[in-house]
Amino acid sequence: MSNAAATRLWLAQRASAAVLALCVAVHLATMILAVRGGLSATEILNRTRGSSAWAAFYAVFVLSVSIHVPIGLRTVAGEWLAWRGRAADLTCLAVGIALLVLGALAIAAVTR
Amino acid sequence: MTAQLQVRVWRGGADGHYQTYDVPRRDAQTVLDVVSFIQRRLDPTLAYRFACRVGMCGSCAMSVNGRPCWTCRTHVSKVAPSDRLEIAPLANLPIVRDLVTDMREFFDKWARARGRFEPTRTRSDDLARIEPASPPRRAVDRAIECIGCGVCYAACDVVAWNADYLGPAALNRAWTLINDARDGARRERLSAVAGDAGCHACHTHQTCTARCPMHLAPTASIAGLKRATTIAALRGEL
Repeated sequence: MSNAAATRLWLAQRASAAVLALCVAVHLATMILAVRGGLSATEILNRTRGSSAWAAFYAVFVLSVSIHVPIGLRTVAGEWLAWRGRAADLTCLAVGIALLVLGALAIAAVTR
Repeated sequence: MTAQLQVRVWRGGADGHYQTYDVPRRDAQTVLDVVSFIQRRLDPTLAYRFACRVGMCGSCAMSVNGRPCWTCRTHVSKVAPSDRLEIAPLANLPIVRDLVTDMREFFDKWARARGRFEPTRTRSDDLARIEPASPPRRAVDRAIECIGCGVCYAACDVVAWNADYLGPAALNRAWTLINDARDGARRERLSAVAGDAGCHACHTHQTCTARCPMHLAPTASIAGLKRATTIAALRGEL
């Protein structure tokens, strides 16, 4: 991978981390408030289904995760397993795509 | 303070071992004094490296009680409260013999980071005027004082994990040149120090900054390179 491409990956990971900091805070606060408020799973789904706002929020969340995680895994693979090169890059990319698909399915399940 | 120091010294190459020597303890004794005593009085076969003895040349760095430091200005009283010393060659570098490491890779990485000044003027031009208070000059006030001792390189976790990583000293050198108004290779240098083996591999552990005997901050230099390379990448100049 060229140095310019690696720099863009680094930048994408930092930018996605900044988005995740906000998303994780909102996600955790919502979960805690919902549980402490005594909402049941059915009541939560009644609020999220058909909500384009929640769908948009979690779309951003999942997209950020799908960018952030594979780039981090690529670094971990290189530093801790000495696994570098095209095979490692493609494996990490596959993890990112899998997270994106699984996340999209989860969003569809609770917002459609 | 007891009269004797028990000193374990690394002997041999990478598959060597520690050998223990008893060295009389003195006031204001440095670790280099201890090593020199062993070599001159106890075992003349001990190999080690030093030159100036006053913290200028950067050649006497060793690992002392597990931490890299310059030995000529490290007092025994500061690092050996229990009267025991363990002296080893610098980590992250191949061992030549005993306390001597092969510094070639360390300095080759300076070259890989484009650490050579690329002039834009000739000897017939006027001298460049660098305002001491200008932001680029002030950004490297400390960084230009590097003596190339290799302590930061030996202390760096990322070097241990990634043998290609250029390391704090080479990146610090690149940072000084990036801010040098007289230099003409900014773009090539930014490209050389970016990426998986460059500044973006740094995890900001700051061990280099904590261990630097000159109290420099290579971490800050690397952060500067991250900013500069990011801006260059966004402009498509990398």
